Amino acid sequence: MSRLIQDAAITDASPVVQDSPVVQDSLAVLERTRSTAETYGIPLAVLAELTHRCPLQCPYCSNPVELDRTNSELTTDEWKKVLSELAEIGVLQIHFSGGEPAARKDLVELVQHATDVGLYSNLITSAVLLTRDRLAALADAGLCHVQISFQGNEPVVADRVGGYRGGHAKKLDVARWTRALDLPLTVNAVMHRQNLHQLADIIQMAVDLDADRLEVANVQYYGWALKNRAALMPTIEQIDDTTRIVEDARMRLKGVLDIDFVVPDYYALRPKKCMGGWGRQFFNISPAGKVLPCHAAETITGLDFESVRSNHSIAWIWQNSEAFNRYRGTGWMPEPCQSCAFKEIDFGGCRCQAFALTGDAGNTDPACTLSPHHAEIFKVAEAESSAGADRFLYRNFKGGTLEPQDEARQDISNGR
Amino acid sequence: MTEQPRNRRMEVSEASKPILPRHARLKFDETRQVWVILAPERVLAPDEIAVEILQLCDGARSVADIVELLTAKYNAPRADIVTDVIAMLQDLADKGFLTQAREAAP
Repeated sequence: MSRLIQDAAITDASPVVQDSPVVQDSLAVLERTRSTAETYGIPLAVLAELTHRCPLQCPYCSNPVELDRTNSELTTDEWKKVLSELAEIGVLQIHFSGGEPAARKDLVELVQHATDVGLYSNLITSAVLLTRDRLAALADAGLCHVQISFQGNEPVVADRVGGYRGGHAKKLDVARWTRALDLPLTVNAVMHRQNLHQLADIIQMAVDLDADRLEVANVQYYGWALKNRAALMPTIEQIDDTTRIVEDARMRLKGVLDIDFVVPDYYALRPKKCMGGWGRQFFNISPAGKVLPCHAAETITGLDFESVRSNHSIAWIWQNSEAFNRYRGTGWMPEPCQSCAFKEIDFGGCRCQAFALTGDAGNTDPACTLSPHHAEIFKVAEAESSAGADRFLYRNFKGGTLEPQDEARQDISNGR
Repeated sequence: MTEQPRNRRMEVSEASKPILPRHARLKFDETRQVWVILAPERVLAPDEIAVEILQLCDGARSVADIVELLTAKYNAPRADIVTDVIAMLQDLADKGFLTQAREAAP
């Protein structure tokens, strides 16, 4: 009777952590019996990006540079219909994300609907728009888990990175309310050159907040983060320190805090198994209703993504749409992937990164040492990491705003 | 924070009265025809016996009560059943997906 419970970790669908390498393959355990989508089983979890609106302006935001406008967002009724359909075809968990999902006035109503149709709901939030009453209402509506992003362990760095004064203090409040409501808490810490020195303190902060999980998520470089790469790219020394700190904390905090660690793949030898493989076990729905293989997929030009507003079912889109099938499996792969022994382990890495860095989403992810682009890109990243260009380009609907110079920045952090 | 031990690190014994916390949901997945436990960022796949044990975990029955039921049903040595049930529940508790019914205030 040993080994009674097999652990099938689902695709990590946090908005800031693209393509976590901690993603484990959930197919083995749960896809033995085929679901509605015959060839590729319907994912266990789906990410619903309710809106791209967000009061924070993090320079590594995982939303596309071309943000969906408010007037293009799915309505409450459209989202409810989507949630019902997802539950019906076999999705088990829904991640409400954004932008900032709490920017939607109907968030409680949508969580209640998810509960009503039997979905397990996770809230992935910046927390700054939540009040204690609203959080309690979400808990009453059946919310199962809260994940809060943190930009640092103290307000000077954190509020500067988020471009939002008072944000850090608010996050701490919401994290405490979350635990007071007996909801499990994940702290999501997005790490880069300008806050990696706080890692040990962030781990302690997560313990002090009584968090269940901590995601130490190094920035992944596409979209906004690629625009900010020179300001964010860690040094090799930082990465070595990070690995040591995380490994030490994992041992020390075993049974106290689960720590997931996303390494920056520029410094890896092999690419990450992005999204568990394109179109294999994950999809997300954008604010405007596009069904996407990952939340950065719209950065790839030349792919048409079907919408839940089309006359196709979500299961049909998952199984049959051109965008999902283009990079599924291994048939599309060029060399060096095609003859590589690892091709079914990493599925060629990340399509969005291949597109961003080589101009062709069908190329091997340059994060792989076997990519002809790898050496050149690694060299650029290494040079950027030590060049000291620290100014951020803040994420917003205007296409980005460059951070004010030092004096003005101090005014911001001093609250003037 | 250290003075307040969290319930997810409970030590499972025969006296424990375990129950799944609200963030760990035991559910039959109609699509895949399997039992699952839904938890933050995870889907666990318990086997039939684990499901049977978990269905008995109502916060009122003690582990000893559960063992008694299973011993009678499977006509197996009690000692073996105790070991297996506690091991399974402790594994779940260590993952943070098992809690205890709160003691009634005196």
